[in-house]
Amino acid sequence: MRHMIRNVFHSPKFVWGFGIFVFILIFCIVYPLFNPGNPLEMLQVGGFAAPGTYVNVYDTVAADINKEETLKIKFRLPGADEKRLESVLSADDRNTMLKFLAKVGVDTSEVDVEDLDQLLELWEKYFDPTSQPKGITRADWNKYKRINNAINRISSTDRRSVSEKDQDGQMAAVGDFSSIDYVSVDEVANHITLPLGTDNFGRDMLKELVSATLTSVEMGFIAGTVATIIGLLFGLLAGYVGGVLDDIITFITNLFTVIPGFVLLILISFSIGQEQRGVTTVALVIGLTGWTWTARSVRSQVISLRNRDHVNLSKLSGHSLFRIILSDILPYIMSYVVMAFILQVSSGILSEAQLSLLGLGPKSTETPTLGLMMNWSMLYKAHTSGYWWAYFPIILTIAGVSFSLNLMNTGLDQVFNPALRD
Amino acid sequence: MTYEELQNAPLCLSGRQLTKVFVNGKVSKTAVDHVDFDFHQGEVISIVGESGSGKTTLSKMLLGLLNVTSGTIYFKGEERKIRTMAQRRAYWNGIQAIFQDPFSSYNIFHKIDAVLDDCINMRYGRHIDKQKREDLKTEACSFVNLKYAELTNKYPFELSGGQMQRLMIARIFLLKPQILLADEPTSMIDACSRATILDMLLKLRDETGMTVIFITHDIGLAYYISDTVYIMEHGKFVESGSADEVILHPKAAYTKRLISDVPKIHEEWNLDDVFTGEE
Amino acid sequence: MSNVLLEVNQLTTKYITRFREDVYAVDHVSLSLEAGKSIGIAGESGCGKSTLALSLMGYYFAPLHYQSGDIIIDGKNISGMKPDDVRRNILGREIAYIPQAAMNALNPTCKIRKFIRDVMHAHYPKMRDDEIDRMAEDRFRELNLPVDSLDLHAVELSGGMKQRVVIAVSTILKPKVLIADEPSSALDVSSQKVVIRMLRDMMNAGLIGSMIFITHELPLLYNVTDDIMVMYAGQIVEKGTAAEMVFDPIHPYSRGLMRSILVPEEGTRNIKLTAIPGTPPNLKKPPQGCRFYDRCRYRQPQCQYNAVPIADIEGNRQYRCQLSVDQLRELYTAEDAEAERKQAEDTVLQKFLKDTGMNSAKEENRDDI
Repeated sequence: MRHMIRNVFHSPKFVWGFGIFVFILIFCIVYPLFNPGNPLEMLQVGGFAAPGTYVNVYDTVAADINKEETLKIKFRLPGADEKRLESVLSADDRNTMLKFLAKVGVDTSEVDVEDLDQLLELWEKYFDPTSQPKGITRADWNKYKRINNAINRISSTDRRSVSEKDQDGQMAAVGDFSSIDYVSVDEVANHITLPLGTDNFGRDMLKELVSATLTSVEMGFIAGTVATIIGLLFGLLAGYVGGVLDDIITFITNLFTVIPGFVLLILISFSIGQEQRGVTTVALVIGLTGWTWTARSVRSQVISLRNRDHVNLSKLSGHSLFRIILSDILPYIMSYVVMAFILQVSSGILSEAQLSLLGLGPKSTETPTLGLMMNWSMLYKAHTSGYWWAYFPIILTIAGVSFSLNLMNTGLDQVFNPALRD
Repeated sequence: MTYEELQNAPLCLSGRQLTKVFVNGKVSKTAVDHVDFDFHQGEVISIVGESGSGKTTLSKMLLGLLNVTSGTIYFKGEERKIRTMAQRRAYWNGIQAIFQDPFSSYNIFHKIDAVLDDCINMRYGRHIDKQKREDLKTEACSFVNLKYAELTNKYPFELSGGQMQRLMIARIFLLKPQILLADEPTSMIDACSRATILDMLLKLRDETGMTVIFITHDIGLAYYISDTVYIMEHGKFVESGSADEVILHPKAAYTKRLISDVPKIHEEWNLDDVFTGEE
Repeated sequence: MSNVLLEVNQLTTKYITRFREDVYAVDHVSLSLEAGKSIGIAGESGCGKSTLALSLMGYYFAPLHYQSGDIIIDGKNISGMKPDDVRRNILGREIAYIPQAAMNALNPTCKIRKFIRDVMHAHYPKMRDDEIDRMAEDRFRELNLPVDSLDLHAVELSGGMKQRVVIAVSTILKPKVLIADEPSSALDVSSQKVVIRMLRDMMNAGLIGSMIFITHELPLLYNVTDDIMVMYAGQIVEKGTAAEMVFDPIHPYSRGLMRSILVPEEGTRNIKLTAIPGTPPNLKKPPQGCRFYDRCRYRQPQCQYNAVPIADIEGNRQYRCQLSVDQLRELYTAEDAEAERKQAEDTVLQKFLKDTGMNSAKEENRDDI
């Protein structure tokens, strides 16, 4: 037995699969410890915030002006002005600038909108705020002047002041800061990091995903265990006892095989009703419909085993049917059953995702599952609106989990099946 | 004992009109076809046949591993009853087997100790004290020239084929059944170890007086080991009698052909005299 | 000797295990085979018989690797050739190989005719189908195989028939050397005889130049081949004509093998079979001296450390032992006499025990394996 386990861990495929799976699991268990809270809490008003760190604007300014002058940290970062300009001058603004340059007679075919330096150089050369060239409407001229002002404002090293209304309702400066003043994110009272952004309800995607992965894997395990136990029991009985029992079990198995499993799953889920569908219920339903091929393959394995001499010898030693099945048949197919179990877990996870995607998964108010998250992102059109963070990480997680499980299965197959060894 | 003496020994196992028909859908195949036989106490019987002659089916029926389609098996003069588990256990106390392939005869998850313990439990009961148990195991192993002390905590597959088959004989030694059915016990073993196995079987017969039913396709082997030879073809016994009579003076055409087809050393092996009926 | 078809000089091949250990399964084997002759190779399982057969083809694939030595077929040294070269130009034309389960080589989904066409196209891509068919029909007629069977599928043929068809197909190019590795072991005795007869007919008709026949069944080998070689632990331990080897073996191991022969003939019933105790050595760590030392009944102290070269003796025989032929023969005679005396004693003792009505249980010295 120990030898077998050592062999299993010598298979690179199994080790990779096992590694990926364990990594995903550990991450999902550890992450909530550092970032506790209800994964379904709606943080954002609205939805679909892109991944990133969000800093409260109000607090940033407040932190700045209420601190002592000496606490202010100053950086001179290379390219700070350019970055600022880039963030202020939108693509529209740049095209407007280009339009102006064309009107005053510059050959714009050579000018690249993306090259801010070149654009600004030309702008400084041709734009004179004091004289309005002919052929430009007033509305356009105002627009150009606004852009010019913005450019000047950013380029200037003047300090900005923050004003508050005093008791008389007059604005009075309470502090000022310059373009090289910095404040640490930690000193801002309110800020939030969203590595995967938020979903349509404004919930932290990563937190939700971590919780969903755990739930989905748990459901996979419940479904896999149920399917394997039923399949094993039926397969062992049908294969070893044979006769009428075999006929009956084979009939039931065939019946379940010819009815498309997924349709059955949909029908059962639908008839249970939204309110009754908890995580365990759905997992049980998946397990109860997925045992057929385990039963079939266990049965065929047992049939090939039951005529082996060691089983005959065990019979001759007067062992009971129960004991022969447990000690002479089961150990021989155990490796196979483990492999089947892993595949059942994987297919359980996928079935849950499929069911939930159709809106027939567990109740959506308690715990997220991978399928439910897919369902939400589909309902709120994340995929058509370009909110990639709302569906892509889910797909990646489902793929990662089932890939790692299948890799483990293939690795085990190579270890246990001599025909596949090199 | 001579052949005549053996024929007068009490009956151990006999069959009357024993038949096995395999039915698969609408196709039925008669594997064993109304055979009669009388095996006596202490006799070594060989059942010789080519593959497909039904000899393995017959052996499974004798062991009670396969249901009999029709006919009766008499065990020690009485009709064999194996309906209940208790009856089966009682019957299997009287008949045991050694199978062809030693590598598949053992449960690879059980240690050698467990194999021998099973036999002790079966024959002496579970509640036998530890010292007695060890003594029995040591005795059984030394009977087949294996050292018990070296075998504890080993698995059967760590032994060579010949050693595994000898462990099988040790098992029989512990169980001491009246009948031993050996289904080609040496066909997977090298010729060099074969002699040891055969000698041990004969020694076991001499010491315990058990009946040995030897199933084989090797007519030379059958001649060497057995008192009585049954030749089987298409589920029927075509000839039976003492080994000398059947092998040296065969009467049935099939037996003659079978013997002429075996390569020989002292007599000429006539290659041109081939049987062409099968093509 | 001008008509030597196969000459093997000090051929050594090895298996490389998963743990990068070298196992020399064929260790400095030399043999030569003349046209029209056949040679048999005998030995226990695991002694290197089948590896020798594979090695002689000159076509090596993992885990079997070529180490050293020459294989010369009809003057052409094939041991250094590229695998692809060997496969295209040597296999089938110069050397044909028939494994034990050859009959399973037939594709169950196509007719025998199609199978033969595929085989021929592999060697002569431009050959026309009707040419091949004519050739196959001629060959089948020559070998007394029913020509109708060309239009049957493999499943419609019996085991012996399949084996004969495969042999006929694999020798269709008239190879100079045929290596038959247990070609009849999976068959019933009657089919075995038919296969053997066909091989003999092929030799007589010159369809195959010479034959190497490998089996563990000594009576068969005795009847089929001219010479017998006995292999043990990757080495040849004795070689001689079939009759010499069976009736007058020199090496202790060959003697042990010959003593285990069982045939349905008068007088074989009461002989005492002798077993060779022990198992062949592990070739990952071959013994330093004589490889048979552990199991040898006549071993001398020096045998453990001195490796013995193979020696030629009178009449084209070879053997590998420290002791001289005369010494060994003397030992054997003494042993036979002792065994006879013991048996006589036994008979007397048993008679006595029976007369006095005592239990016949007795202590017997048995050899440990």
